[in-house]
Amino acid sequence: MRSKTLIALLAAGTIALAGCGGTTPTESTTEPMTSDAASEPMASTDTPTFEAGTTMAKLADAGKMKVGTKFDQPGFGLKGLSGGPEGFDVEVAKIIAGAMGITADNIEWVETPSKVREEVIEQGKVDMVVATYTINDKRKERITFAGPYYVAGQQLMVAADDDSIIGPESLKEQKDKKVCSVTGSTPAENIKEYLASDSQLVLFDVYDKCADALRTGQVQAVTTDNVILLGFVSESDGKFKLVGEQFTEEPYGIGITKGDVAFCEFINTTLKDNEDAYNKAWDSTAGAVEGASPAKLPAAEPCS
Amino acid sequence: MDAITDNLDLFVSGYWTSLKICLIALVGSLVLGTIIAACRVSPVAPLRWIGATWVNMIRNAPLTVLLFFFAFGLPEIGVLGSYWVFGVSALIIYTSAFVCEALRAGINSVSSGQAEAARAIGLPFGATLREVILPQAFRTSIPPLGSVLIAMFKNSAVLGAFGVGGDLFSVSDTLTSARGYAATPVLLGVAVGYLLITLPAGALLALLERKTAILR
Repeated sequence: MRSKTLIALLAAGTIALAGCGGTTPTESTTEPMTSDAASEPMASTDTPTFEAGTTMAKLADAGKMKVGTKFDQPGFGLKGLSGGPEGFDVEVAKIIAGAMGITADNIEWVETPSKVREEVIEQGKVDMVVATYTINDKRKERITFAGPYYVAGQQLMVAADDDSIIGPESLKEQKDKKVCSVTGSTPAENIKEYLASDSQLVLFDVYDKCADALRTGQVQAVTTDNVILLGFVSESDGKFKLVGEQFTEEPYGIGITKGDVAFCEFINTTLKDNEDAYNKAWDSTAGAVEGASPAKLPAAEPCS
Repeated sequence: MDAITDNLDLFVSGYWTSLKICLIALVGSLVLGTIIAACRVSPVAPLRWIGATWVNMIRNAPLTVLLFFFAFGLPEIGVLGSYWVFGVSALIIYTSAFVCEALRAGINSVSSGQAEAARAIGLPFGATLREVILPQAFRTSIPPLGSVLIAMFKNSAVLGAFGVGGDLFSVSDTLTSARGYAATPVLLGVAVGYLLITLPAGALLALLERKTAILR
């Protein structure tokens, strides 16, 4: 799982930092592209036209597309017994498809768990993957990322009636508080610097046990990516909440065929031009959970 | 081998944590096991029933089930505590059943004439057991007891999955999953760590066996 990727996270962090610091170069590369794309009809127009031979032209002609997403990630991509998947990733995919004149009904959803994501893109089984997909260098060797469209990060989850923990710093001050995470995971390593002693860290093999320990009061906090925590919060019937800021950065990108720069730039422009729809998508899905910070579309990375 | 040399401090701290768990569980399970064994051979029927029930329940339940009961069952009914105490308690209780049976085997090996002689000179049950039977029983019990205790040392690795952090086996998880080391050298290091607990223990038991051997 994600736990295998300390190196990946470091890489992702570096990219995110580079993204923060280098606003000017990023904009200078996207600006000319924006003016190009602006001449094309954008989202919600009936018949967008694209340069022949591009992925957009192919998809717009077909009037349908295949999107890979998760079916088991509450708030981002969760599929019930009937109907399609629901969540933020799904809504983002709909915005992009909409810009090519493809309606939600014509999107075929393909389940893409974490470990198959690169493969399905390489094999052409999907046109894009929107699946809580952290951008990192290792993955960039096989595919191209558009975005990031969201920056996830590690956060703390506590009992809803607990006001004593307001962020990771609270753990250092209150040495009797225990925090739970998963054995061998990157979040477990990250939280250590916020603890007064290692005995404050309780480790289990899965997050379900952490949530159980939080419910019974054996631990006072659970930590991992906010995305996973939001899932637990939404399932907890108001018993849990998120507190504090995100204290790590994991930028989520949209995976497409390696080297498809035109499609990548189209996705970035589409998201930028549809920030209202983007914000609405967040507020109606993962953002609806208590404690979730408002989404802000991050500056896109240059496509390559 | 970089995985081991680079993280020697982590392995050493894991080793001490595991050793600490083992030593506490060793003392605890020997004491508890002896008490249960005394119950099983006592002349008081209810005590015998308690001893037999204890052994049959604990010995026939998997260790992980016992650990689950402690780590997740007890908090469910409002008993909160440190996972360390929960884990070590479960290990002690689990091992006590086996210690009891090993000791009982030893007790049964002491000829009944010994107990009758002790009674004949007026020793009460407690003293008969303490002064006459158990010292002889322990001798015979040393080899099976040794197996039980060495098994317990290795069982202590399971505690890492129940919130008892920092033991030798969870070191391997930290190194392979979070820090991306190859599994084989890390697990070899862990195996060596456990050998450094069990081999000296085995040698100590052999020594004990020689020292207490009955000359017949």
